[in-house]
Parts: sequence; C-alpha cells; structure tokens
Amino acid sequence: MKSSARYLISLAAASVLGGTGLASAEPVKIGMITTLSTGAGYLGQDVRDGFLLAVKEEGGKLGGVDVEVMVEDDGRKPGNGKQIADKFLDKEGAEIITGVIFSNISPVVAPLALKAGAFYVSPNSAPSTFAGSQCHENYFAVAWQNDSLHESAGIYATKLGYKNAYILAPNYQAGKDSLAGFKRYFKGEIVGETYTKLGQTDYAAEIAKVRDAKPEMVFHFLPGGMGINFLKQYAQAGLKDEIPIVVSSASMDAGIVKAVGEIALGVKSSSHWNHDLDNEANKAFLKGFRETYDRNPTVYAGQGYDTAKLIASALKATGGKVKDDADSFRAALKAANFDSVRGNFKFNTNNHPINDWVGRVVEKADDGTYYNKTIEVVAEGLADAYASDCSLK
Amino acid sequence: MTLFFEQLLNGLQLGVFLFLVSAGLTLIFGIMGVINLAHGSLFMVGAFLAATVTEATGSFFIGLAGGIVAAGLVGMLMEYLVIQHLYHRDHLDQVLATFGIILFANELVAMIWGRTPLFYSAPDYLNGSIEIIPGIIYPVYRLFIIAVGAAVAVGLYLIIARTRAGMLIRAGSTNRDMVGVLGVNISQLFLLLFGFGAVLAGLAGAMAGPLISVEVGMGEQQLILAFVVVVIGGIGSVRGALVGAILVGVVDTLGRAFIPDILKTFMDPASADGIGAGLSSMSIYILMAIILVLKPNGLFPVVTARH
Repeated sequence: MKSSARYLISLAAASVLGGTGLASAEPVKIGMITTLSTGAGYLGQDVRDGFLLAVKEEGGKLGGVDVEVMVEDDGRKPGNGKQIADKFLDKEGAEIITGVIFSNISPVVAPLALKAGAFYVSPNSAPSTFAGSQCHENYFAVAWQNDSLHESAGIYATKLGYKNAYILAPNYQAGKDSLAGFKRYFKGEIVGETYTKLGQTDYAAEIAKVRDAKPEMVFHFLPGGMGINFLKQYAQAGLKDEIPIVVSSASMDAGIVKAVGEIALGVKSSSHWNHDLDNEANKAFLKGFRETYDRNPTVYAGQGYDTAKLIASALKATGGKVKDDADSFRAALKAANFDSVRGNFKFNTNNHPINDWVGRVVEKADDGTYYNKTIEVVAEGLADAYASDCSLK
Repeated sequence: MTLFFEQLLNGLQLGVFLFLVSAGLTLIFGIMGVINLAHGSLFMVGAFLAATVTEATGSFFIGLAGGIVAAGLVGMLMEYLVIQHLYHRDHLDQVLATFGIILFANELVAMIWGRTPLFYSAPDYLNGSIEIIPGIIYPVYRLFIIAVGAAVAVGLYLIIARTRAGMLIRAGSTNRDMVGVLGVNISQLFLLLFGFGAVLAGLAGAMAGPLISVEVGMGEQQLILAFVVVVIGGIGSVRGALVGAILVGVVDTLGRAFIPDILKTFMDPASADGIGAGLSSMSIYILMAIILVLKPNGLFPVVTARH
C-alpha cells in the first residue's frame, strides 16, 4: 500500500514538473567498466570511489542532473570488457562509458562506445592510438596521455642532474610506451634497458644486472604489485641507497608506499596530482574522501573524482542532455569548465589534458607513516607528443 | 664471471622457493589424485596471516608460525568441506570446484583485508646484504630462503622415508585401496596429508611476503610455475619437485639474465630486447616440452597401481 502511494505521489510530481523538461527525464546512465579484481584491483576501486564521491556530494546527481552509475569489474581481461560494454550500451542504454584502467582494455571498449554514439571519458588508460591519428571527437582522456606519465619522469630525472639511467618495464604495449616516453625527455645516456614479464614476481636476475651496470639512477614502470615486488627485492639487495630510483606516479602511488613502508623513503616520482597540492578543489576532495571511505586516496581516486566533475560540468551546461544534444555536450566537455584537484587543467586539441607535473619524494610523517611530498613543479602545461597527428581542432 | 655465478645463485634461490610452493602440491596431486588449483589460495592465506600476525606481535617468526598454522587449518577445513567429496570424481570436477575456491578465497580475503597490498617486512638482521665471496653481494633473506628450503627438503625426505606416516603416504600413493583394506583410516590420513600440503603452501606464502607484494590473487601467479615444476619432476614425487624446481628456477633466471644479451651480439638492441624478453619467458615451457618428450611421466615418475 505504502509503496504504491509513494509511486502515485512521485508520478504526480513528475507530471507537474514535466513541463520543465528537466526533472522528469530518466537519469543519465553512466557505465563504469573498471578493474576491481586481480592485484591491480585497488586502482579500479579508487577510480570508482573517487567518481562516486562526486556523485554522493550532489546526492545522486552530477551537475544537478540525476545519474545512474553502473559499475562492473573487467578482471583486467579485454573479453570481459567487451561483454560489459555490449551490455551497458545495448541493453542498459548507457550514454557515457568510463572507468577503464588498463590499456589492453580501452582499445576494445572505446571503439564500441564511440560506434554506439556514446561518449567515452577515460579516468586512466590513454594509449597513444587514440591521441594521434585515431583520435575521436567523443573520446576524452582525463588522467593523461599514457606517455606523459613517463615523459614527466624523464624531465624530472634530467632536472635532478642524472647523467645516465637503467630502465625497466614489463614486456607489453604500455611498458614499451613507458620507456619510449622516458627517453623522449631524459637527456642522459641509457646504460641498460630490460623488459620483464607482465606480472613478474621475482626480480633477482634484473637487479643483478642493474648492479653490474652501475647506473646513476634507475627508472622503472612497474605499477601495483610488480612495483612492490621490485622495491622490496631492490632494497634487500642493498641497492636502494646506492642507486636512487626516479619513477612516475603509477610506480609509486600511495598504495605502494604503504605496502613497502620504510623502503620507499627517498624514492622520487613525478605526478600530476598529490594530496598536498594547494588548491580548494583538492582540499574538498581530500576531506570528503577521508570522511567517506576512511582511508587516504591514491592518484587514481583523484582521477575518478576529476572525471565525475568534468562530466558534471558538461551535464550542467546541457541540462542533462547527452546523446540528444551531442554537439553541445561535446563542446561542454572540451571546455573543461571544472575545478580539477590537480590545479590547472585544459584539453588539448586531441581531447587529452594539458596540465602541470610535480616532482615528489617519499618522506616520513610524524606519526611514523610514509607519504609522497611535493617538492616542485617540474613541467608546466605539458602536452602530449601525438596531438599534431590528430585531425581534431 | 661473478655476474654469471650470482645469476646462478639467483636461479638456485628461485628454484628453492618454487620447491616450497610445489612440494605440497605434488604430494596432494600425486598421492591423493586431486588437482588442487586452490593451492595458491593457501599460499595467499599464509602470507596474509603472517603479515597480520607480524604486525600485531612485532615478531617475524611468530608471524611465520601464524601463517603456517592458519594455512594448515584452512587447508583441513577445505578438505573436510569440499575436497573429500571429490576423490572419486574426475579431474574436471576437481578443477571446477577448486577454481571456485580460488574465487571465493580471493573475495573473502578482499573483504577482510581490502585490496590494498599489505605491509610485511623481515627483521632487520635478515634484510641486509652480505658479501658471500669477494665481488658477490647477496641478500641475507634469499640465503635464508635457501636454508629453509633445504631444511624442508631434508625434513620431507626423513618423514617420507623413515616414519610410519611416510610409509603410509608411500603406500597410499602406490595403491590407495589396498592401504584402506589393510585397516588404515584413509579419510583421516588424507585429511592430515591435505593439511600438511597446506602447511607447506602456507610456509611458502609466509616466506614470500618480505620479497613480494602481499595482495589478493598473489597465489595464482605462483600456481602456474608450481604446476610446471610438478609435471617436470613427476607427479607425486617430492624428489622430482626439488630437482624440477631448481631446473625451472635456474633456466628461468639465466634466460632472463642472458638471452637478450646473447641476441644483441647479432641483432639490433631494440628487437633483441623485445624478442629476448619473449624468449626468456618461454624458456621454462620449452624446458618442460623437452623433458616431456624425453620422459613423458616426468623426471622421477611415481609408479602407481591406479593406471
């Protein structure tokens, strides 16, 4: 009885408000395909939680428009990503697809979304393919272009004065991109370059080679568990104090710092976000995230939050229309009229971000925990290397 | 030359670690006839409990004991609830059921501990490096693993060759039904044996914690290598597991260490790095294929009456 009465009331309310064309609309459906399981599950978890925090702040809305966020785990497998994308796009009628963490999944999911006329807004993965010749007007990367992450580390390492480096990455596309990105801006010599297995646990052989090559520094792209494995073993081999490590934020995020503790002390990394960046959006984000989830956000949470805020700004501009007024929604996204937690933020012609990168070092806090401390801005308004190949204006 | 020796030592150490992972697997697989994919979950339980107990007590060795005991208990519970119903089913059912346990265990661990990897470290005196011979500086903790692995190998040999329980295990592996007919409580023996296998998995997991990331799903990465070791060594043979593990460890390490450099002598560096990385990750499977061609039942096949 009670529920049917409530249904009638809401029906009446809807018909009254119907004239405005706003409140009566179905909620905008946002499909989030992300990685919640496997060792990298905490990446997707933080993207999701950052995104949902922004929705929660508005009480289930983004930019004043009702949204329904559907979240599913792709298990880091492209096949799963395709299945979920098909379901979200065809069955559920999602108008915006987001959430993808890994660059083996985005090349499968993004084309499906774009073909269906939906918008693809990436909170993390941004392979070079979609930044250059195959860029698309409905494809937006909020976090970065993959290479920028490592280019900024190359800039930082050069700035720190290192004359040569030993570099390592897993043997897959993002790994190769990472080393190429580092080398693009690192002015020193590369004394050794090693590709490891994806998901490798034992790094004794690689560490022995590093010791033998006697470089001034080591750069690696080993995100998540791989980075933890490497660091633990690197420290045990006694190399941490001899050969410093300079990486990008993916290889030294808050989760890794927490898992290795003292070992992380002194490791330098470049990042587009850090918890101590001094801007209002970031302070509000940190406060909200800690209160809601009772833990510290990683860089991925900041990306998820930024993604939601960007979508909110565009929904606000179009009054909740997405596919129905794709041109306006697209223009509103591209304007990037939101306060990013990383400070300065704008989109390049290819819908990839232009923002500052900072250098960080791991320090010990008064309470005995370890954290990344921002030292300086190392690259201002860094744009990616592929924008010139993109035909978008 | 010292680099080659150091890499050989790295290979030996990886082999000993793989032996710890696969010893329990081969016992359960060979003697009880159960393909236990959830062996990696027991490895994970060992690591997580060791990390938690170490954090709570401040003692690495109490943590180690906690991990081992917890894995043993979880293993016996697993045997009692699920595995014992699978002894007379075919391998596909066992694979399905134990794969289900993996999914269940991963989610449960994620619910209890969360998805962020745990902090776990060895005590300071095991954390440094020492110069074992001039020119070779080696991490103490890896030497510690070699010592523990050697102790486990000797211990297993003594248990299996010299004790009554070992005699039953050997008899059970040869002819399970006959042992039952002779009045031995087979279901109890299998419960204990499964628990023992779980203890070995837990020991491996707890020992691995200071070297690798303590995270959900950490066991599955080890599981594939462990199966390679078991198949190379001969299913059910602990001696085979030891030899197989060291072979796999040495081949894998030397492959990663030297194949790209060897290729560079006649290829351009970029493709040598790429192909070298691919070849070195294939090396252990090539090794497995060669051994299976020469000895289809592995290096030390266990003769059973069941085939």
